[in-house]
Amino acid sequence: MIAYIIRRVLYAIPILIGVNLLTFMLFFVVNSPEEVARLHLGDKYTTQGQVEAWKQEHGYDKPLLYNPEAAGLDGLTDTIFYTKSVRLFVFDFGNSDSGRNIGHDIRQRMWPSLAIAVPSLILGLLLNTTLALMLAFFRASYLDVGGVVLCVILMSVSSLFYIIGGQYLVGKLLQLVPISGYDTGFEAVKFLILPVIISVIYGIGSGTRWYRTLFLEEISKDYVRTARAKGLSEQWVLFRHVLRNALIPILTGVVVILPLLFMGSLITESFFGIPGLGSYTIDAIQRQDFSIVRAMVFLGTVLYILGLLLTDISYTLADPRIRLR
Amino acid sequence: MWVVLLTDFFLYLLLAGVALYVGFVLRTPHLRHAWRSVMTRRGGAVSVVALGFFAAIAILDSVHFHPRLEQPGAQVEYSNEILSVFDVLVEPLRTQVERTYSAPFAYHAHSKETRETPQGRIRVYPRLEYAGAHLADPEQERGWDITVRVLRGALLGAGVWALLLLGVRLTRRLRGARPRAEGEAAIPWRSVAVTVLLILMLIGIVTQLAGAYHVFGTDKVGEDVLYQTLKSIRTGVLIGTLTTLIMLPFAIALGITAGYYRGWVDDIIQYIYITLNSIPGVLLIAAAILSLHVYLNAHADEYASLAERADLRLLFLCMILGLTSWTGLCRLLRGESLKLREHEYIQAAVAFGVSGPRILMRHILPNVMHIVLITVVLDFSGLVLAEAVLSYVDIGVDPSMNSWGNMINSARLEMSREPPVWWSLTASFVFMFALVLFANLLSDAVRDAFDPRVKR
Repeated sequence: MIAYIIRRVLYAIPILIGVNLLTFMLFFVVNSPEEVARLHLGDKYTTQGQVEAWKQEHGYDKPLLYNPEAAGLDGLTDTIFYTKSVRLFVFDFGNSDSGRNIGHDIRQRMWPSLAIAVPSLILGLLLNTTLALMLAFFRASYLDVGGVVLCVILMSVSSLFYIIGGQYLVGKLLQLVPISGYDTGFEAVKFLILPVIISVIYGIGSGTRWYRTLFLEEISKDYVRTARAKGLSEQWVLFRHVLRNALIPILTGVVVILPLLFMGSLITESFFGIPGLGSYTIDAIQRQDFSIVRAMVFLGTVLYILGLLLTDISYTLADPRIRLR
Repeated sequence: MWVVLLTDFFLYLLLAGVALYVGFVLRTPHLRHAWRSVMTRRGGAVSVVALGFFAAIAILDSVHFHPRLEQPGAQVEYSNEILSVFDVLVEPLRTQVERTYSAPFAYHAHSKETRETPQGRIRVYPRLEYAGAHLADPEQERGWDITVRVLRGALLGAGVWALLLLGVRLTRRLRGARPRAEGEAAIPWRSVAVTVLLILMLIGIVTQLAGAYHVFGTDKVGEDVLYQTLKSIRTGVLIGTLTTLIMLPFAIALGITAGYYRGWVDDIIQYIYITLNSIPGVLLIAAAILSLHVYLNAHADEYASLAERADLRLLFLCMILGLTSWTGLCRLLRGESLKLREHEYIQAAVAFGVSGPRILMRHILPNVMHIVLITVVLDFSGLVLAEAVLSYVDIGVDPSMNSWGNMINSARLEMSREPPVWWSLTASFVFMFALVLFANLLSDAVRDAFDPRVKR
């Protein structure tokens, strides 16, 4: 087990190098720092001097891969590749193009993101499992068919409509909660209710339908037939046998996204004005702040790989038949 | 003068591919059987018809040309503007542009204006230039006028439908109906006919109304919202289909090669797709689109017109979306090929000395095609939905291009006006919902018919 984890962590290194090279290519080779500077300064009336000053201020004035002027090892370290890309491996994200420390921003902004993502995940999981269990209990009845149709309809609505519609209905017409904003401490709850509810509703369609298939798959297995043959009631079979076994794929499916919860939800956060990492990323994209986008790409990749590792481990915990070698 | 934009070209390519596939299906009994079982489901049959309607609009909207300028001299000159055949068909929608916002079926503008009269300044709702202009006393006549037009349109649609039905019946009578094979389920013709009737009646009603009113109102610059949302169909359909078209060759080639050859080939291909898959999709798209921004900014003068530039951006978006979404299919195909290569018929082929590439083409590829088909249909609705989200984040299609994402994006601010401007949002919602819903229904039917794991 320990050996397996170590090997997986080692395997993550070439992947991270690959991601790093890819983003480096996208941002520095496809487009030269010169062009980036001109994009930021505006093209029309920019002098070469201004461009050089901008590049120097943001550390883009070094050579890309190798610095022939510096002595010894500095020839490799005093380059854009080293300062902007290699430093990411020690989670030194550097400064954003507007001059703020990215690492500090991330540490501050992940809490609001978690405040939305964690309640949404837990509530959604409970609700979807309950609904799916209900559909599975009444399987092949009108309730089941109607429920599945409703799921498909819910799935076909864009997430943007849930947000805009919810904001309009609850925030503007009913005036129950503020439309957007955030506050520190306990006051934040009233800002969080609506986004959490909307994320849960958005997830119902696909979640319930998927869990229902998992339940039905489990119901058709032999041990369920045995349980019924023993004379157990349908409720007992469903709650004691089917639910427990179907929870294995459900929970392991959740584990992979656990680390990514830190990243927050792009759309929800920016619509509700919540200062989390999701809105941070969106702002960076809209301001074309490449340093932040690069940092978030790297962070997201690390968290995703962590999620995969956790999934593998959780499989062994949930199902003793699986051994990791 | 005809113009073929880049995305048009790919759409034609896709159409040719679909035509080839249909021909292939008709000649191959087991595929014909599977598709028949898609059509025997009510959801499948209805959504094929409805999606055909969307596809027709998208195709008409993809035949572009420069219109000829009306000039007295003999010399023929062409406008710089690019129009499509669809634009010509809905000419009044495109040209009847009001000054600013107006509600659906309104005959006056959405907000009051100050007028100078002999009695002094008064605030009135100005009449619209086109909508309801034929009415002398709009307040009294409008309700009746709309009712008459709706009825006339519905009757027109029903009439066309009846003629069509008659034609189908006659040809079937003349050719003689093919007896249904034992155990073959019937195609729900009645549901198909009702769907066609509804669509035709809708077209009839809209054509009757659209010349005289703005059915979905007008937007900020007075453009007809119905026109915008109809034009958005092309963007949505293109993103849903071109993305898969672009990624398919890579996903298939890499997936089955990795699965069949294993060893170091497999290691390299796995490394590539795990790396790409590890980057959160939105961020990879953002990174790529941002560097495209820089590129377009640096090479701004190379593109003849705004439309061509927007078109290039759409194509690039499809490529990026494809880059992020091929990994899932590649993984599935690799797994399936790993299983297939152990089968006896493959081992027999190897023993006969058939070369590797030939085994891939002749034996592996046809046996993984059902996975490809299911993925293509399954991905469509997700891609259409993704376009809206990406446009909201500013990394979607060009802001000058008609798309549901751009409509929703602007509707966000319109909803906070007082009174709210709700029609842009509603129009894009209705059309997008319809397209995605039918795509979801079709993908369910296709999966049931083609996936061997689904128990029938």
